Amino acid sequence: MEIFWYIIIAIVLSIFFILDGYDFGTGIIHLFFAKEEKDKVVIAKAAGLFWDSNEVWLVAGGGLLFMAFPTFYASVFSGFYLPLILVLWFIIFRAIGLELRGQFDYPIWKSIWDKSFGISSLLMALFFGVGLGNIVRGVNLGGVENGVSTYEAHYFFLPLWNSSFSPSGTHPGVIDWFTIIIGIIAVVTLAIHGANWIRLKTNSSINEKLKSIVSRLTWVLIALTIFSLAVWHVINPRPFGNFADNPMFLIFPLLYLAGIAGQFFAPTYWWKFCSSSMIIVGGITSSLASIFPVILPSTNTLNDSLTIYNTTTSAYGLSVAAGWMIIGIILLAVYTIVQKKLLGGKIDDMDYGH
Amino acid sequence: MEDMIFYDRLQFAFTITFHYLFPQLTMGLSLIIVYFKWQYLRTKTEQYNDAARFFMKIFAINFTMGVVTGIPMEFQFGTNWAKFSELTGGIIGQTLAMEGTFSFFLESSFLALFIFGEKLMGQKLHLLTGFLVFLGSWASGYFILATNAWMQHPVGYEVLANGKFVLENFSALFSNPWLLPAFLHNQMASVVTSSFVVASIGAFYLLSKTEEEYGKLFLKTGVIFGLTSSLLVAFPTGDWNAKNVVKYQPAAFAAMEGIFETEEGGAEIVLIGQPNMVEKKLDNKIAVPNILSFLTYQEWDKEIKGMEEFDKEELPDNIPALYYSYHMMVGLGTIFIGVMALAAFLLWRKKLYSFAPLLWVIMFLFPFPYIANITGWYVAELGRQPYLVYGLLRTVEGISPTVSSGNTLFTLLGFVGLYMLLGLLFLLLVGKAIHAGPKPIKH
Ligand code: HDD
Ligand code: HEM
Ligand code: HEM
Repeated sequence: MEIFWYIIIAIVLSIFFILDGYDFGTGIIHLFFAKEEKDKVVIAKAAGLFWDSNEVWLVAGGGLLFMAFPTFYASVFSGFYLPLILVLWFIIFRAIGLELRGQFDYPIWKSIWDKSFGISSLLMALFFGVGLGNIVRGVNLGGVENGVSTYEAHYFFLPLWNSSFSPSGTHPGVIDWFTIIIGIIAVVTLAIHGANWIRLKTNSSINEKLKSIVSRLTWVLIALTIFSLAVWHVINPRPFGNFADNPMFLIFPLLYLAGIAGQFFAPTYWWKFCSSSMIIVGGITSSLASIFPVILPSTNTLNDSLTIYNTTTSAYGLSVAAGWMIIGIILLAVYTIVQKKLLGGKIDDMDYGH
Repeated sequence: MEDMIFYDRLQFAFTITFHYLFPQLTMGLSLIIVYFKWQYLRTKTEQYNDAARFFMKIFAINFTMGVVTGIPMEFQFGTNWAKFSELTGGIIGQTLAMEGTFSFFLESSFLALFIFGEKLMGQKLHLLTGFLVFLGSWASGYFILATNAWMQHPVGYEVLANGKFVLENFSALFSNPWLLPAFLHNQMASVVTSSFVVASIGAFYLLSKTEEEYGKLFLKTGVIFGLTSSLLVAFPTGDWNAKNVVKYQPAAFAAMEGIFETEEGGAEIVLIGQPNMVEKKLDNKIAVPNILSFLTYQEWDKEIKGMEEFDKEELPDNIPALYYSYHMMVGLGTIFIGVMALAAFLLWRKKLYSFAPLLWVIMFLFPFPYIANITGWYVAELGRQPYLVYGLLRTVEGISPTVSSGNTLFTLLGFVGLYMLLGLLFLLLVGKAIHAGPKPIKH
């Protein structure tokens, strides 16, 4: 049952990162490459029409995590207090940026909200990557100081950074040189994903230019990936051990590689978009698989890592929830398909009936 | 520890109060929009469709605000109330996750369709999507209230050796005797808010002599919905809630009503008076004997326990705030019924549209249902103190052990600044929409 819920939550959150991921990416592209007002409008719209229905996946994923692994939820949300609150603020600035830009016609008004949308998207992508980096690196569970725990064994609190920015040792901060690399990987991946989305959904005049941007970013991504794998042993003495033990897990890194290859070889915009979705899912799942069944490693030897087994609730609770979740999944599939069907096609060609 | 809990509570109270300004309008307004749309299909009068589209614009602005301020609420269970989440997640996680899975998806998927899809779908389907938006928003209210009902009156749980609450009976969460009265009362209260807003915009158009035809329609609809919901809020749903409080949280009831001592031969109802916590009495009291016993038990001389009978550890920790909140809610409720009854009477005698004094009153009345809703929640939440889960888990035991008060103060100040900005922008947008007015569709 724990594994079932772990998989369900991983799927829900992956869908969130695919869907809202293109909104982040669209924001990053918008920030750096959209120059003409006409492009700015359609590119903002490519995110603006969808962000709130995409964000629901985050709400649902959070709720499910809360229900199925309450101890993990409590530990991680209080331990990563500051970055999470910052993410909340970015979510708000991203949303109001998108909703407000079209409300008044002053250029300064538009440029304020464009920046608000772009910069929050960029920072959110960065922070989500940094978050993933923290999950695989682990934290000082129990807040161990000189061999004694300050808190209960499954609680911790991380500062945003500490002066050494080093991921090794028992006292890492949220941001260190390793997690920041993972953060940059997330930014690059989502920028590729967003560019693919823009090319799929709009006729913007920078579509041609985005093509070369995507292939250049893909090379950057390849370089960063190789570098991060080379340094992975700093945070995990047996970095690929889980893959050696369970060869089945290799499917996740293969998904990632296939997605990268797709950036060069996929024939249509649609397939390119699917490939960048594969990069996202492959990246997340490979990282999670590398520590499974642990979900938050401990960097000290005193307190055990958090796993899906020691953070869960009762078997009864998990199984009733599985019952209603099946109905939920069917409904979600129906809503998503109906909505995407009716709002399909290029944004610029759409007639909203307003 | 003391200041940790203080800032955690302050931050939660501030952010939830701000959040709840928006859903209370959207839940009620979605009902009124469905009504307009349905009237349009029935009568084919374009005006109804224009009205539906106009309020959809206001709905959409509120919805966005509801979403962006709602996500911090979900996060805060983990960030600021980690111990509470850890111990009760197996139970209230159920209702919160169901809310996310069933209602938010319904609402936000179909909202996009309702706003952008009128031409694509045709009128019948458009009404259906509107109805699904309504259903989604009421369902989310239902799941949220199921969550809150469990905290007010826990049922269907089992406590493990390590102190964790786990679910023992799923259906008990939904047959909780606290839930239905609270849900119906809360939903009626949100219809009060939205109908007062609709009526107020109508009165504004009539008084400023712009969009007068729409003004009349809005005013009429607002008054009819407003009178009905104001009556339902007081009776039976308010009364029903009060009976639950006496039964399950007697200490909170004594504090709400300002009863310090148990009275022989029936309790009086206090209309005015200020709790004096030093001398344990009400100053400047005006009260009517025996009414409270009658309202609560339908018996004139039934005894109601005063605060003296409870252990200090069981009494809410901010009695004056609880007492004032309750009296403000009930007092405003009474005023709402009065004003709306008068307006409905004039409407029936066909005098309302030209009776300026009442139009002015209606125009400026719309903030008060917001106040009544907020104070109503303060009654519920302050009355639950000193417990987080009534009778089982004290509020002090629920906070995050690792988050220092300095960090919470920092984020609280951040939320205050950010929400100030959001509030200003919100008013600007709604003002703009009202100024632009409902427009007939261009063919
Ligand atoms: C327009 C808003 C409004 C108005 C006019 C009223 N209420 Fe109310 N009341 C609410 C809005 C509200 C609320 C915000 O919706 C609450 C908070 C929790 C809940 O379920 O509903 C609430 C809760 C609430 C409670 C429960 C407190 C608790 O949970 O401890 C009681 C006993 C009443 N109400 C009683 C009344 C009575 C007797 C009214 C008579 C006029 C009344 N309310 C008017
Ligand atoms: C229905 C869903 C709600 C849930 C699950 C909920 C839950 C909570 C929790 C966990 C706390 C913090 C712990 C505590 O102080 O007891 C709290 C406090 C509070 N809530 Fe709610 N709340 C809900 C709705 C509301 C609403 C709509 C309002 C007001 C508009 C509100 C007003 C407050 C206030 C003022 C406090 C601080 C009380 C105090 O600490 O003395 N709540 N609530
Ligand atoms: C502590 C309590 C609360 C939490 C954790 C919470 C959480 C949330 C979240 C996460 C959202 C955004 C959902 C989305 O993406 O669509 C939201 C919106 C919403 N919330 Fe709350 N909420 C709380 C209190 C309440 C209360 C008391 C109500 C009313 C009964 C309510 C009703 C709604 C509704 C109807 C929406 C949909 C957005 C809208 O229509 O404006 N919430 N809430």
